[in-house]
Amino acid sequence: MLAKRIIPCLDVKDGRVVKGVNFLDLRDAGDPVEQARFYEREGADELVFLDITASSDNRKTIVELARRTADEVFIPFTIGGGIGSLEDIREILKAGADKVSLNTAAVLDPALIGRAADRFGSQCVVVAIDACRKAGGWEVFTHGGRTPAGIDAVEWAREVQKRGAGEILLTSMDGDGTLAGYDLELTREITRAVKIPVIASGGVGSLEDLYRGIAEGGAQAVLAASIFHFRTYSIRQAKLYLRERGIPVRLGR
Amino acid sequence: MIGIVDYGMGNLRSVEKALEHLGARCSILTEPGNPDELAGVILPGLGAFSRAMDNLRAGGWPEWIRGLAGGGKPLLGICLGLQLLFSRSEEGAGDTGLDLLPGRVARLPERAKIIPHMGWNQIRFRERSPLFEGVGDGSWVYFVHSYIAVPGDPAVIAAVTDYGGEFVSAVSRGNIHGLQFHPEKSQATGLRILENFIRLAGSGA
Repeated sequence: MLAKRIIPCLDVKDGRVVKGVNFLDLRDAGDPVEQARFYEREGADELVFLDITASSDNRKTIVELARRTADEVFIPFTIGGGIGSLEDIREILKAGADKVSLNTAAVLDPALIGRAADRFGSQCVVVAIDACRKAGGWEVFTHGGRTPAGIDAVEWAREVQKRGAGEILLTSMDGDGTLAGYDLELTREITRAVKIPVIASGGVGSLEDLYRGIAEGGAQAVLAASIFHFRTYSIRQAKLYLRERGIPVRLGR
Repeated sequence: MIGIVDYGMGNLRSVEKALEHLGARCSILTEPGNPDELAGVILPGLGAFSRAMDNLRAGGWPEWIRGLAGGGKPLLGICLGLQLLFSRSEEGAGDTGLDLLPGRVARLPERAKIIPHMGWNQIRFRERSPLFEGVGDGSWVYFVHSYIAVPGDPAVIAAVTDYGGEFVSAVSRGNIHGLQFHPEKSQATGLRILENFIRLAGSGA
């Protein structure tokens, strides 16, 4: 049976992990690759690196990150943040990333999704949707959540699937950073609207939240940052908890 | 030396890095070379079947691969590389494959509900292939695919996996092997399988 995936997210700025805490057994806790290896050992199913560097000349750093991670980490990883062109995607995949996550660029030029899927395969094209509650639904935001795009999130999810996205990374901006749990209503609406896998993100504060994202939201995977970074819970604890509650997870070999 | 066929379909670096991590000498092949220099060949791949075949044909690969497999060198197809080993695919407008194994490639059944099949799933062995030495029944491996192989000869089925029903997740016949999952992304289990392949290549099996 296909396991539900637990995905730690690493926010990276100028090639360094943001929000990282000092893991005792890491030589350099700010090094994203060291943290990636730590999570791999702990049993993470995949990793997401989200580059939050504002500058546009940052591609070299991100390509280098993909290359170093591919050298040492043998689970799939996705790189997102500021990816704007087919050439960006090509370089990052060639360096060894398994998937790229598109956000603002996909909203500004939806045809990019199709071109990327056509050239590299749907399986490596993730579309990140940042959604915020509004009257009667949810609105898509771009530019790291700063700019309203004037698009309905559920409609957008259907469209990115049609254009060839292989997966959706769905972040509730209302929940993000609050530790109050995923927006389950939003997650449910989106997972019902599409047939591609949906990763729930934004707001996880407890293991119960992970469970609800899967059991009630219908997500195929759950992404979290803070609860893992700050060692509130380990990946293994999360998996043991989910297994206890009847969710299929990968534990052991 | 293990050759990795580069025909412009997907990420080869992860496969190369996994082999290097295991201490194997490997080389990315951008054109068919002298097979005598190779102990074994890996055919990776991601993306669409017919584009992959077009690229292989344009590069003069199909005859080279058939010759090499016919000569008894270990061959390992990964993901799309497994599918290419078969006679034909129903993906898109359809196309013929390398035809090293009889059978076809079909879309995952609708009852699978969510397509692609993406993530970690378990393999159940049907035949004990030397590729799986030291790998436990029910081990977790990483998949990402929308199509599956339907072998014409059930004897080639080495492992199956459940996703909307059982599908063939590994095949093995003599020196020809295929994995629907990504060993290079399947942590310790995947590395063990690649290590077994390196050993098979080293022993000329």
